[in-house]
Amino acid sequence: MKKYLSFFRVRFSTGLQYRMAAVTALTTQFFWGLLECIIFKVLMESNSVAMPMSYSAVVSYVWLKEAFFALFNTWAADNEIFGMIVDGGIAYEFCRPVSVYTMWFSRSVGSRMAEAALRCGPVLLGALLVPAPYKISPPSSLFAFFMFLLTMILAMGVTVSFCMIVYMLCFFTISPVGWRVLLTGAVELLSGAVIPLPFIPQPYRQVIELLPFASMQNIPLRAYSGDLTGDHLLPAVLLQVFWFVVMTTIGVLLCKRAERRIVIQGG
Amino acid sequence: MIVMDNVCKSYKVAKRNAGLKEACKALFHRETEEIQALKDVSFQIADGEMVGYIGPNGAGKSSTIKILSGILTPDRGTCSIDGRIPWKNRVEHVKQIGVVFGQRSQLWWDIPVVDSFELIKEIYSITTPAYKDSLEELTSLLQLEEILKTPTRQLSLGQRMRCEIAASLLHRPRLLFLDEPTIGLDAVSKLAVRDFIKKMNTEHGTTVLLTTHDMQDIEAIADRVILIGRGKVLLDGTLQDMKQLVKQENMEKKAEEGKNFKENEYIQADKYVEENANGEDKERFDNLDQVVAKLYRQLDIL
Repeated sequence: MKKYLSFFRVRFSTGLQYRMAAVTALTTQFFWGLLECIIFKVLMESNSVAMPMSYSAVVSYVWLKEAFFALFNTWAADNEIFGMIVDGGIAYEFCRPVSVYTMWFSRSVGSRMAEAALRCGPVLLGALLVPAPYKISPPSSLFAFFMFLLTMILAMGVTVSFCMIVYMLCFFTISPVGWRVLLTGAVELLSGAVIPLPFIPQPYRQVIELLPFASMQNIPLRAYSGDLTGDHLLPAVLLQVFWFVVMTTIGVLLCKRAERRIVIQGG
Repeated sequence: MIVMDNVCKSYKVAKRNAGLKEACKALFHRETEEIQALKDVSFQIADGEMVGYIGPNGAGKSSTIKILSGILTPDRGTCSIDGRIPWKNRVEHVKQIGVVFGQRSQLWWDIPVVDSFELIKEIYSITTPAYKDSLEELTSLLQLEEILKTPTRQLSLGQRMRCEIAASLLHRPRLLFLDEPTIGLDAVSKLAVRDFIKKMNTEHGTTVLLTTHDMQDIEAIADRVILIGRGKVLLDGTLQDMKQLVKQENMEKKAEEGKNFKENEYIQADKYVEENANGEDKERFDNLDQVVAKLYRQLDIL
């Protein structure tokens, strides 16, 4: 266990290394969040009757999404791992007395948490300082806040185990480009990164909510504002656990297959 | 104790001619060629031996190292290292070995070298006193004090390579596999690395298997040389044996030439042979690169 914690630590300290990168990313996220809030305001004022979420819930959703962006985005997977698979740098990874899957898993969790820890504070502070309709509201209840934390951890687990599958697939296709292009479009939409999933019309919404991508940021960001609560919350959490177990299993199996047929490129 | 027995490994290589037309064709039909990287490679290395593993580019040296370190699974054949099968008991096996790939880096690019070392300490579960001991010894032997606190990305190649070697030895492995460890090093660093490897062998009894294209590495370090070409072990002996082989062949050739001359009665054959063997050729046999180049040509493995 200590071994895997140390991967986490190294990624964390690497994340802290680049101050300028953090500052620029912060600025982007802050303005992006503000822009989204404004767009949704216009949208909801034009037709306020049939809106599936309250405006304050949408605002919280947007700001939390930007603040914890690093925990949930699937397309910004660890480039170093892709690099190692493509150019053969994994030779050293396989010389370590640890499981490759667990090593990369803790490494991904480490870098995501490091980035999120750096960014969430300032973004949330900004979200508290903007004027009224765009300001983030406090969690709907203490229970909602607790559920937000719990589902956020699960959502990160689902996201990372999904990325692990992508890494493993790269062993078989060599170039990661195809997978990543697919991810930027499809998963962004299906996970609720573009618009919150409740805005997607039925019957599509029903299907999408069962997919693993809906078990990512969709759940915690809606649990916070109380949009997802009561009878709907428990099945959602169970679905998260289900997808986490399924995707981790697939990832581990793929990893075993990859280990057997691995070829180290480039001498 | 390392035992390799009839190990074979082949790769599939995609091939096509140059040009856009050919590239489009390859979208639908891809021609692959099976390349036999290793064909029935067998050898044994006893504990505490220092062995040089040489051969021309693409001979199968790195493939052998990767099989021995449990990264690659061979197609056929057996390999046992202290009773372990590397690719089957990978995690158990790699605890006992240290590997340096001269062309790759195991140090984290962005953080100071010493942070990478600490991570390696955790990965191999090295106890703190043992870690301190190793670090102290490696730091003084490889002259690392100055560079330990620098991020890896700001090190020169030679500095980095010394750190790489230290990183591979922190857990005090009993076996050390070095894949071109002196690539790109300056004379001073080369000498330091060679001395260091010898010291590890004499003081800790580390078994060393080393691949390199620098024949002086071999001369300085290896008591025994295994020569591999086109995936086959062609020679297993000392450097002296190698020289002898080239010399012999050379003499035979010269004698042959001499005979022809004698028939023409221009020059006395014996004198010719003697002159050539002692004069210009003597110099040639002192230059190891020449010897090896000759040997490669002679064995037709280029």
